[in-house]
Amino acid sequence: MSMWEYANPKRFMSWTGPVLPWAFGGAAVCLSVGLIWGFFFTPDEARQGSTVKIIYLHVPAALMAINAWIMMLVASLIWLVRRHHVSALAAKAAAPVGVAMTLIALATGAIWGQPMWGTYWAWDPRLTSFLILFLFYLGYMALWAAIDDPDTAADLTSVLCMVGSVFALLSRYAVNFWNQGLHQGASLSLDKEKNVADVFYQPLLFAIAGFVLLFFALVLLRTRTEIRTRRLRALIRREGQ
Amino acid sequence: MIALLRRDLMLATRAGGGFGLGLVFFLIVVVLVPFGVGPETAILSRIAPGILWVAALLAALLSLDRIFALDHEDGSLSLLATAPIPLEAVAVVKAAAHWLTTGVPLAIAAPVLGVLLHLDPSAFGLVIVTLLLGTPALSVIGTFGAALTVGIRRGGLLLSLIVLPLYVPTLIFGAEAVRRGVGGLDPVTPLLMLGGITAGAVALLPFATAAVLRMNLR
Repeated sequence: MSMWEYANPKRFMSWTGPVLPWAFGGAAVCLSVGLIWGFFFTPDEARQGSTVKIIYLHVPAALMAINAWIMMLVASLIWLVRRHHVSALAAKAAAPVGVAMTLIALATGAIWGQPMWGTYWAWDPRLTSFLILFLFYLGYMALWAAIDDPDTAADLTSVLCMVGSVFALLSRYAVNFWNQGLHQGASLSLDKEKNVADVFYQPLLFAIAGFVLLFFALVLLRTRTEIRTRRLRALIRREGQ
Repeated sequence: MIALLRRDLMLATRAGGGFGLGLVFFLIVVVLVPFGVGPETAILSRIAPGILWVAALLAALLSLDRIFALDHEDGSLSLLATAPIPLEAVAVVKAAAHWLTTGVPLAIAAPVLGVLLHLDPSAFGLVIVTLLLGTPALSVIGTFGAALTVGIRRGGLLLSLIVLPLYVPTLIFGAEAVRRGVGGLDPVTPLLMLGGITAGAVALLPFATAAVLRMNLR
């Protein structure tokens, strides 16, 4: 038995059904632990005061915003190569979640930026590329919404996702070139000497795990909805004839 | 291929083809900007490179939905798909026709409009060069977008939503090169990057365009 068997819609429905409550439960537990620990049981940072605590929403959301797009890219590739309907639907399901994550990252960043940088928005490379990523998500979702035939829609959006990924990457480096950064560099890398202090790091890991699980659960739920919609459509079409 | 190019050019330049429209639009946008930001010479000459580039981008966008829509309506796109030349070549020709009818005239007109914006005269050459170098990328990317939305009625708005984010890198390097030229810096790096984007887009995107067209014609 290969892993592709799990992509059969019927099998997918049967294994995701029991997994879903666990995913949501795990997300709830991790998020409560991470956020409550982070918000109430960590010290204020020396220079940033309590504003530092927004990191527990900002960093995981930003992480998932990018990973959601990567997941869509992988799912699109699988659809184009192997034509598993579930993967096309999963890509479709991930887009609105990714948009929400992008918005959370942008909004929490703005809220933090006002007291710290003295401005809600700066044309910093990281901020700008996130805004561009947001626009890519919108275009992708609009294309899904505009096409009636589901297979054509899946095909076209998959190609758009691939081309968009290349251009999103290009934009990332182009804006680096275009303006100097205000945003701090990476501080969670595994290979660096200097990272965020452990006091902040440990709850953050929980928050990240919570966001990952939440994303997973939401995408599963939305994919299941899509599959049911698709079945309903087929039924209606058959009855109509 | 040459016959197709001639046909497209002819269709675009004859009456109703909207050949002049892009240029007029370009002119109007450039004229509107001083009304918006005020007539001070210093400000205008500072933002002139950016205005010219953004206006050129919008003008190129304006004529995108005609690339495939009319051919799709009257069925000649299906004929082209079954023609002896590959669909990739059709995509290239369509992009080339779009470039010749919008990109090249825009690049030539840009310095004239630069005068209106008090663009530094030393930058005129750079504006033409960057536009000539960058607009092929705009046309090729736009052709891809047009192919994506060809089956959708009233897809114009969707087309711009999809295509404009893809234009970001081209715009950044194009405008940056002119800005550096005006500021007395060396514009070679952004020029090279701009050329790289154009070369990459021209080489690779027609395949995506053709694939998308096949999906739409299925």
